[in-house]
Amino acid sequence: MIIKNLTVRFGTFTAVDDVTLEIPAGAIVGLVGESGSGKSTLARAVTGLVPYTGGIVGGDPRRIQMVFQDPYASLDPRMTVGTSVAEGLQGLRLPRAARQAEVERLLSLVSLPASLAGRYPRELSGGQRQRVAIARALGARPELLVADEITSALDVSVQGAVLNLVRSLREELGLSMLFISHNLAVVRYVSDVVAVMHQGRLVEIGPTEEVVGSPTDDYTRSLLEAIPRLGRT
Amino acid sequence: MRRLPRTPAGIAGIVLVTLMVILAIIGPPIWGAGAERIDSTVILQGASAAHPLGTDNLGRDILARVLVAGRLSLTLALLATLIGAAAGVVLGALPSVLPRRAARLVTGTVNALVAFPGLLLAMFTAVVTGLGARGAVLGIGVAIAPGFARLTQTLAASVAGADYVSAARMLGVSRRRIMTSHVLPNIAEPLILNLTQALGGALLGLAGMSFLGLGVQPPSFDWGRLLFDGLGRIYVTPAVALGPAVAVAFAGIGFNLLGDALAHAASRPAVTAGKDVPRAVPGSVEPGLDEPEPDAVLEVRDLTVTFPGGVTPVRGLSLSIAPGEIVGLVGESGSGKSLTALAIGGLVPHPGRVNAGRLRLCGTDLGELPEQERRRLLGTSLAMVFQDPMSSLNPALKVGGQLAEVATVHQGASRTEARTRAVDRLEHVHIPEPDRRARQHPHELSGGMRQRAVIAMGLMGTPRLIIADEPTTALDVTVQRQILRLLREVTDETGAATLFISHDIAVVGELCHRVVVMYAGRVVEELPVGELASGAAHPYTRALIASLPDMDTDRSLPLASIPGRQPSPAEVGGGCAFADRCELATDRCAERPPLIPYGKAHLVACWEAS
Repeated sequence: MIIKNLTVRFGTFTAVDDVTLEIPAGAIVGLVGESGSGKSTLARAVTGLVPYTGGIVGGDPRRIQMVFQDPYASLDPRMTVGTSVAEGLQGLRLPRAARQAEVERLLSLVSLPASLAGRYPRELSGGQRQRVAIARALGARPELLVADEITSALDVSVQGAVLNLVRSLREELGLSMLFISHNLAVVRYVSDVVAVMHQGRLVEIGPTEEVVGSPTDDYTRSLLEAIPRLGRT
Repeated sequence: MRRLPRTPAGIAGIVLVTLMVILAIIGPPIWGAGAERIDSTVILQGASAAHPLGTDNLGRDILARVLVAGRLSLTLALLATLIGAAAGVVLGALPSVLPRRAARLVTGTVNALVAFPGLLLAMFTAVVTGLGARGAVLGIGVAIAPGFARLTQTLAASVAGADYVSAARMLGVSRRRIMTSHVLPNIAEPLILNLTQALGGALLGLAGMSFLGLGVQPPSFDWGRLLFDGLGRIYVTPAVALGPAVAVAFAGIGFNLLGDALAHAASRPAVTAGKDVPRAVPGSVEPGLDEPEPDAVLEVRDLTVTFPGGVTPVRGLSLSIAPGEIVGLVGESGSGKSLTALAIGGLVPHPGRVNAGRLRLCGTDLGELPEQERRRLLGTSLAMVFQDPMSSLNPALKVGGQLAEVATVHQGASRTEARTRAVDRLEHVHIPEPDRRARQHPHELSGGMRQRAVIAMGLMGTPRLIIADEPTTALDVTVQRQILRLLREVTDETGAATLFISHDIAVVGELCHRVVVMYAGRVVEELPVGELASGAAHPYTRALIASLPDMDTDRSLPLASIPGRQPSPAEVGGGCAFADRCELATDRCAERPPLIPYGKAHLVACWEAS
């Protein structure tokens, strides 16, 4: 799937400026940038939540799903986990029993017990909620999954498990993914390709080891330089 | 539904409404016959023992008629409210479901109707649909509908922006279904609350319509009709008109009070830092507890913060910081790290209680100081930096003025002196063009700049202790780096002690000299920063470090993660709080391990650490 010459304007402000980005099948493309760089707007454009110019080539734009940053806001508080996950299955028109089986399968994909289906989001921890949101998106059989800062609202001890899940989903389902984060270390860990966004434009893109190991752009360098590291003085 | 508040108004509302409902049920069977009995011998009488509110032109007892009219008045009001609410909710919901052009038309109509006076709308409808109870009910219903429509629209718009609605849209859920399964259930509560208040309004409106002769027609009668009949005689026999008037007033007031009380109960009670600000009370210092450390700027022993209901977010925490030292306090959300900071600053919100064996700042025990001196000491020697700089800055005031205020209030400086110092301090924290920035409002500054301004505010005095609670969490990494550098610079220069609180162990590792790790309200490990990367002894600290991806993490291996979750402050048991999630846990962990020395300048609370 290729995002081609995508531009988003809000009035006179250009939030995303002529971005072209290829997401190879079965690969995780990491998109890193600071707040205001336009990375979340790009995510919302790709998923059709904000109007844009340009195009998405080589895939069905309707089969792009997104997982949101805040797992406390992305699940309807008045809906059980099972109902929320089943929302993704609407297009399939499954009979009741098959739908329930599919919900259970999706929950097990994200390593959640089927018994959670009857619970409400408030009874779940942040990490569990984020898994439910992933299961819901997977139900729609997406060709591309956009993950917008999915670990930044989570505690460190839970973040690792969610990142592991992202990687295992790629391996098991061959899922293509646009993984957005402000944290370069997190992006580096999960992505095959890294794209760096700054003020609405892509300033650097390349295989992860190259971008992290020998960045060519000044902005990428300053970003790498700023990452806090244990024991550095 | 949450519990109703026990305020006098709320109780009055409940009592009045209950009385009205009882009246509507038992009124007609008991007094119905009396209200209809015509007695030509007592026509148009005033108040008497037999007829406390007098009689009407057919000699019927007015008190009985008032009591009987309750049922019709309330039923009609209920009907009108339901009609209005149903029409309003549908009108309000339509724009979210209809195509854009039709949606605009509906919104425009609602806007026009809201601007139109309600009673006029009701009278117009009543006249068009025909005089009588039906016309009046429809009229009031139509008058109520625009308000409901507007409320529904506003509430729906706020929910429509929620992530879960976006998610449903992405999944291809139809707009109608989004409305019925996501939006309406989430706005039902405020709508129902509004219904109660609208009921009071409908009651008054209907009484008004009947009073104008547009409502209930004889031989039926409601309170408004009785008022209409009695008004002509108000100068001769006032009781005749006052009876129904009082009934209308009480019912109207009752429903409004109840609606207010319900609305009040539904909105979360705000935490008010009232007069009763909790402060540290000296607890019993355990015998054998080490002597005061004369050099430490901050010395905390056995700090406990409790909230009613057995919630104890901080449990017996001890901490000391030397001048010029930066101590990092690390923990996940809910570990009690922020409340520790608030407790030291005397800012724990009501109804929290702070207990400390010892809480000394600059060698002075805060628990023993009189209130005023304590505030002065904290005001001049403590600087606090929070995650959101806007929480420390007044958005309505200019930055320079807010800084200067510190000097005029605490140091008695003149206005010009204070202002000069403010600009100097802004320059000191590397804000370019400090003179111009000082004249700007906080919203004109970027996030990093605001955080610098807050630090500059702390530097207006001569801070001995700086507490920074997640000061860089909301900032970009490049800005974060600058702020960390600034904090170190400020600490070196002022010789202040700094307590740096963060969930990010990498940030703490980069900035601090010493690291204190908190879990479920307790310190589990305290170690020099050099040992953090490879010398941590507590399994929790080790797992935290392992689960954090950095630029050297092996990408071919899965990240470490800790199963389970941290116990909430109400459910921490007697043993090691981490035992449930710990690979090394043994039977011994049912007993809480003490925080004991482990090598040089290293403390750990774990039986299995070795």
